[in-house]
Amino acid sequence: MSESILSVQGLEKHFPVTKGLFKSQVGAVKAVDGISFDVRKGETLGLVGESGCGKTTTGRLITRLIEPTGGKITFEGHDITHMKQGKLRPLRRDMQMIFQDPYSSLNPRHTVGAIVGAPFRIQGIQTEQGIKKAVQDILELVGLNPEHYNRYPHEFSGGQRQRIGIARTLALKPKLIIADEPVSALDVSIQAQVVNLLEDLQNELDLTYVVIAHDLSVVRHISDRVAVMYLGKIVEVGERAGLYSAPMHPYTNALLSAVPIPDPKQREGRERIRLTGDVPSPLNPPPACRFHTRCWKAQEICKTQEPPLAELAPGHAVACHFPENAPSKTETPATVA
Amino acid sequence: MTFLQLNDLKVHFPTDDGLVKSVDGLSFQLERGKTLGIVGESGSGKSVTSLSVLGLHKGGRAKISGEIWLDGEELVSASQEHVRSLRGKKMAMIFQDPLSAMHPYYTVGDQIIEAYRIHNAVSKKVAKKHAIDMLGRVGIPQPDRRVDSYPHEFSGGMRQRAMIAMALSCDPELLIADEPTTALDVTVQAQILDLMRDLQRDFNAALIIITHDLGVVAELSDDILVMYGGKCIEYGTAEDIFERPEHPYTWGLLGSMPRLDREVTERLLPIKGSPPSLINVPSGCAFHPRCAFEPRTGGKGSTLVPDLVETEGGHLVRCHLSREERRDIWATEIKPKLES
Repeated sequence: MSESILSVQGLEKHFPVTKGLFKSQVGAVKAVDGISFDVRKGETLGLVGESGCGKTTTGRLITRLIEPTGGKITFEGHDITHMKQGKLRPLRRDMQMIFQDPYSSLNPRHTVGAIVGAPFRIQGIQTEQGIKKAVQDILELVGLNPEHYNRYPHEFSGGQRQRIGIARTLALKPKLIIADEPVSALDVSIQAQVVNLLEDLQNELDLTYVVIAHDLSVVRHISDRVAVMYLGKIVEVGERAGLYSAPMHPYTNALLSAVPIPDPKQREGRERIRLTGDVPSPLNPPPACRFHTRCWKAQEICKTQEPPLAELAPGHAVACHFPENAPSKTETPATVA
Repeated sequence: MTFLQLNDLKVHFPTDDGLVKSVDGLSFQLERGKTLGIVGESGSGKSVTSLSVLGLHKGGRAKISGEIWLDGEELVSASQEHVRSLRGKKMAMIFQDPLSAMHPYYTVGDQIIEAYRIHNAVSKKVAKKHAIDMLGRVGIPQPDRRVDSYPHEFSGGMRQRAMIAMALSCDPELLIADEPTTALDVTVQAQILDLMRDLQRDFNAALIIITHDLGVVAELSDDILVMYGGKCIEYGTAEDIFERPEHPYTWGLLGSMPRLDREVTERLLPIKGSPPSLINVPSGCAFHPRCAFEPRTGGKGSTLVPDLVETEGGHLVRCHLSREERRDIWATEIKPKLES
């Protein structure tokens, strides 16, 4: 097993809910509530879940765009949990983010050259043949015409803009890239182009990805390992093949079963699990196992005792009292820290 | 007689930059109780088509020609007032974003009641009872209480259910759903798709579902129409489109999509380039700049607009390649890659 580049332990983010003139705190939205995972060098970790499950918040915590409430983030051996911005800046070179919306994440008044060149200027990096040459090289790498250096974002289509965003991310040759819904704003045919581009770049530049997405098919396509989130917790994490072919958590199972299959012949016959209701509010999440209000397997224990994230098969951990597809041996499973 | 029939519908918008041909000669038919899926990328003209069926384009802005026959009545030439009287009663629409489609100042119940009372001469009390019934039918818990809630008090999935209740309140015979589940989470999407399938069976309405998600159309549609650059480029039964597609664009859509029901492929097979601008639609076949098989048309691709031709049993394709070529390419070059 290769070494981990990023390690997250017990990460928490509680957004305070305030009321009244004096902004007294009356509660907290527990967007991320104690999650732990490792990202290994060179792999792609997929983070999936429905809206409000905390996946985007997790991405922003890792990149320190927001301040964590608790827990610990270690990036390449440095504890960056509460590192000061000044000290953090040199590390940002190695850790970059791709955003969902290629329309709002590019400054409309800046040229492509200025956008993709900004990281060099901010980090004060001198390049051999000047920034312009470096930027043009990157534009070519992501499949854009280097001659478009002086154009503005509005002159490009959605897919091309996403490529500009990727170019900016790659400018400083980062090691870890957090991609938050990198393709969900794009048309189907363009999605595939960008997914292929991300994979090519990973092979070429030896990148590590954390891909945050709600589309389970896209995540399966690009990830080596997948973590499923529900209401601020990781409920299941495992190798792609195991997680998709034999999901252990009922929620994962329900998610997979809900994805429409583009094959009219499977319309009948297909076994479906239908969850009722919506995701509960993270302001007031259900106690113990947070999924028990929608789970068809829930029993008394699920309402009183929170299941730990336990490794039931090699590299495949699940937080459930009644896991499915679990190996038949009922030894006391080791708890994943 | 066909229930809904479009003949050579054209919707053009004159702008300062030129004429935007959003829909450029679209024809199709739909019977009661059937579902038609319209698939296409952004700017392919799928939403503009649905808005023109409902007569929701402003007359001064859009130039509409062609014919829309709904149950024996022609709608393009009909008066605004007449189309208005049909809207809601005879045909209704479910929009993508229920939060912006509903009025934030009125309760959900009031909005359903308003629509119902416009078309039915009943008292407010009767209408409210009907609204509660409808909310219950679409699976909203405690409908007698929720009827007095405002849209913002509903979750996304419930709001979409409420909008479906509103659309169905007057028993429409034609229901158009424009990206009905795009804004929803996958588990909620599954609930809404189930609901639409059940309701359509109960109401025996004709349903048009517009989406970019091939999974959604495969779940619901009897027939599928693939649009590109304002034109229909392929039309057939759901099985035709998914089992034996014949247009290179449809192949491209299928290849672009990672699928949960297949082994993970090494690479996706995307279409090169981006969807065309509708002001400068490429000459000839609108798809030719992105088509991998354009060289095999002998130069016709960039000069001649191909006709929409029947290949077999109602399966229509707009392509310069011959039927044999297309079937050969699908069987030997495309299908094996998709299923590898």
